[in-house]
Amino acid sequence: MAAGVAAWLPFARAAAIGWMPVANLPMPVAPTEKSKRQDELIILNVSGRRFQTWRNTLDRYPDTLLGSSEKEFFYNEETKEYFFDRDPDVFRSVLNFYRTGKLHYPRYECISSYDEELAFFGIVPEIIGDCCYEEYKDRKRENAERLMDDQEDNKDAKLPNMTFRETMWRAFENPHTSTMALVFYYVTGFFIAVSVITNVVETVPCGSAPNQKEVPCGERYTVAFFCMDTACVMIFTVEYLMRLFAAPSRYRFMRSVMSIIDVVAILPYYIGLVMTDNEDVSGAFVTLRVFRVFRIFKFSRHSQGLRILGYTLKSCASELGFLLFSLTMAIIIFATVMFYAEKGSSSSKFTSIPASFWYTIVTMTTLGYGDMVPKTIAGKIFGSICSLSGVLVIALPVPVIVSNFSRIYHQNQRADKRRAQKKARLARIRISKTGSSNAFLHSKRNGLFNEALELTSSTEEEQRLSKSTSLLESQHHHLLHCLEKTTVSNHEFVDEQYYQQSYLDAGLQNYPSRSPSLSSQDGMTGTCCTRRSKKHHTPLPNASAATHMQPLTHTHTHQQGLQELSTIHIQPLSTSRSSLNMRVDEPAPLNCQSSQITTAIISIPTPPVTTPEGDAHLPAGPAHQNVVKVSAL
Amino acid sequence: GKDPNPIGQTEGSKWQKPRLSRKSLMKCCLVKWIIASTTQQGPGKDSSDSDLELSMVRHQPEGLEQLQAQTQFTRKELQSLYRGFKNECPSGLVDEETFKTIYSQFFPQGDATTYAHFLFNAFDMDRNGSIRFEDFVLGLSVLLRGSVTEKLRWAFNLYDINKDGYITKEEMLAIMTSIYDMMGRCTLPSVRDDSPFEHVEKFFQKMDRNRDGVVTIDEFIETCQKDESIMASMQLFENVI
Repeated sequence: MAAGVAAWLPFARAAAIGWMPVANLPMPVAPTEKSKRQDELIILNVSGRRFQTWRNTLDRYPDTLLGSSEKEFFYNEETKEYFFDRDPDVFRSVLNFYRTGKLHYPRYECISSYDEELAFFGIVPEIIGDCCYEEYKDRKRENAERLMDDQEDNKDAKLPNMTFRETMWRAFENPHTSTMALVFYYVTGFFIAVSVITNVVETVPCGSAPNQKEVPCGERYTVAFFCMDTACVMIFTVEYLMRLFAAPSRYRFMRSVMSIIDVVAILPYYIGLVMTDNEDVSGAFVTLRVFRVFRIFKFSRHSQGLRILGYTLKSCASELGFLLFSLTMAIIIFATVMFYAEKGSSSSKFTSIPASFWYTIVTMTTLGYGDMVPKTIAGKIFGSICSLSGVLVIALPVPVIVSNFSRIYHQNQRADKRRAQKKARLARIRISKTGSSNAFLHSKRNGLFNEALELTSSTEEEQRLSKSTSLLESQHHHLLHCLEKTTVSNHEFVDEQYYQQSYLDAGLQNYPSRSPSLSSQDGMTGTCCTRRSKKHHTPLPNASAATHMQPLTHTHTHQQGLQELSTIHIQPLSTSRSSLNMRVDEPAPLNCQSSQITTAIISIPTPPVTTPEGDAHLPAGPAHQNVVKVSAL
Repeated sequence: GKDPNPIGQTEGSKWQKPRLSRKSLMKCCLVKWIIASTTQQGPGKDSSDSDLELSMVRHQPEGLEQLQAQTQFTRKELQSLYRGFKNECPSGLVDEETFKTIYSQFFPQGDATTYAHFLFNAFDMDRNGSIRFEDFVLGLSVLLRGSVTEKLRWAFNLYDINKDGYITKEEMLAIMTSIYDMMGRCTLPSVRDDSPFEHVEKFFQKMDRNRDGVVTIDEFIETCQKDESIMASMQLFENVI
């Protein structure tokens, strides 16, 4: 029920007394209000701005946050008010909804922030009042289009394992994806231009032999032009066939406009080849050459502006149709009038109504060639009316077409701009992420170094090293530490370089591994590969001291992605075999469901703190930590 | 219904207790308009002012004390009622159409307009076509806080359509039909065409003591007071406000 109607419910119930005397059956018992509260004012503090309203007002919509008991979560005992840490400007609209029953959308508000606020307060956007609904829907649609554009850009990202055919198709559609595609793009563009210019120059009169009339260049240098034409057509044919091969849906490709243009552009040549000997049809052959000019339309693959123009014309089809229709009407009317007006005059060129069509068209489009002119007075009068109305009829639909073109063109500009901005934005985000992971590793190194220094206990250096990290950072690092410690064998995070280095240096036996998948999706788990391999209980064959690394590793293919902390294995070392065995026997119930783990023992000498790439293999000196880190993943 | 915004409010910023004194009457837009249209206006008169005032007829209720005296509601209750009333009808008056719309919303299945019409007439005591807040609150006071006799009197007033003091069979039939209309089509057992008629017959059998074909107020009250279930049901809505 609407808000207002709820206010009238007591009245309706009271008026029900009118039914009582006529009722035959006894009435049911009325529901009683358990806690009969007097209506009270409640204070809603939204980011410092205090709104006050009656409790009843909020109770009108019990399925929203403010109308239900959910708001008790926000109650502040000391100040006896409800505090919300949200935008007070949007809250104004939300509260007005309770008061008036109508939800309004303020125009200056960003659509996503408004949607978020509505979602927070549990209000469904569909109840926006009619006055604001159209605006809301328009903005929402624009936003959705923008999101779709962004998603489409993501689709361009290269998918792994594309077949040759798919790669080719992508290369054809987006020349910027690879150098080959770009080269191909420019080559075809060049040949299109050459072909068009050839066609044009063919007809230019090239200098004549004396006593002969001027001969067009095409007939003078037949062979040269023929070779040029052949070369172009070869290129176009090859291109067409390649596109046909690469197209995901050949049937659809063959029906598309661009492919039809391609076919029409090269067909005349082949037809000409076939028909050269037949003299009768050579006349028709000449006309076929006209179709060669269609090659110029192939440029539309290369020019976005042309495509936009074509798209605009298509979308303005109705306006163009109207223009054509009204022009036709006007032409017929005026032609008829002019014909009858000029009928009387003696040497009139207006011999028939169709003949007058030419005059009407030329006059209405304000061309005025002057080859047909009215001579009678009536003819002149009607002629002037004709030219005046022509201007009007043509001027009307043209702005519509222009504005359509402008809108589509600007949309395209915006899309390009967004793409460029997005790249820059992503790059910035990536930098900041690696920055944070580096911070953790840095602090860890410093921490270890601190431990190493404990022996010397030089307070100065400790102080220097324990830099002032913010509380948030230190808590974050502590969390990652805890994660490391959770893993039974104390896996630790290291950065990418260290990891790569140790992997390369290890280079030993690789256990058969199945799909190394990179779980870089998990935020903080950091294990870069999850693997299931068999568990080996048997002592690892080369578990002799030092330098054997048996990484079970990971074909670490994911180059760019160490956005989260990468994992690693490593760390020193253990010398005695017994301790190895000790570790080996331990089952490893890790957090992940990897049922089996393989153990790898890597021994690295200490301390690995200073340089990540360091000394991965020397089993030097006594180790600080007799911990065997098992890289079991 | 009317949905004006109080643009034409020419009062000062401080809200004063509304009284139907001559001064406030003069300020009433309707009065102003009548006066303005009948007298010659000088060029200096602000014509835009009167244009705005034309669009809005507003009514201010009597003071709080007066209403407290006339009804059985407490001050707080009156305040709460007025707030709800004013929220729905900013102009201070409810006309019949708005009333019908509001009442129909409670009975979505049937057609409540006829009954709402009778109800409207029962509330609109001075028969001027619109319910003011005073009418509204007086009616509610009787229904919710009045004695049983007063309630019965009110009910009689409702049934007596032409307010002549007698309920005839035709009037009762009209009322009954409108009540059955509110039920709508989808009922079990379904409403037959003669259900209202039967019901009226039963009613008259019970109420019409002297079998003269009409029910007077005394017959009505007397019969109802003897009927236990009616008396019980009269107390049903005590706690509505």
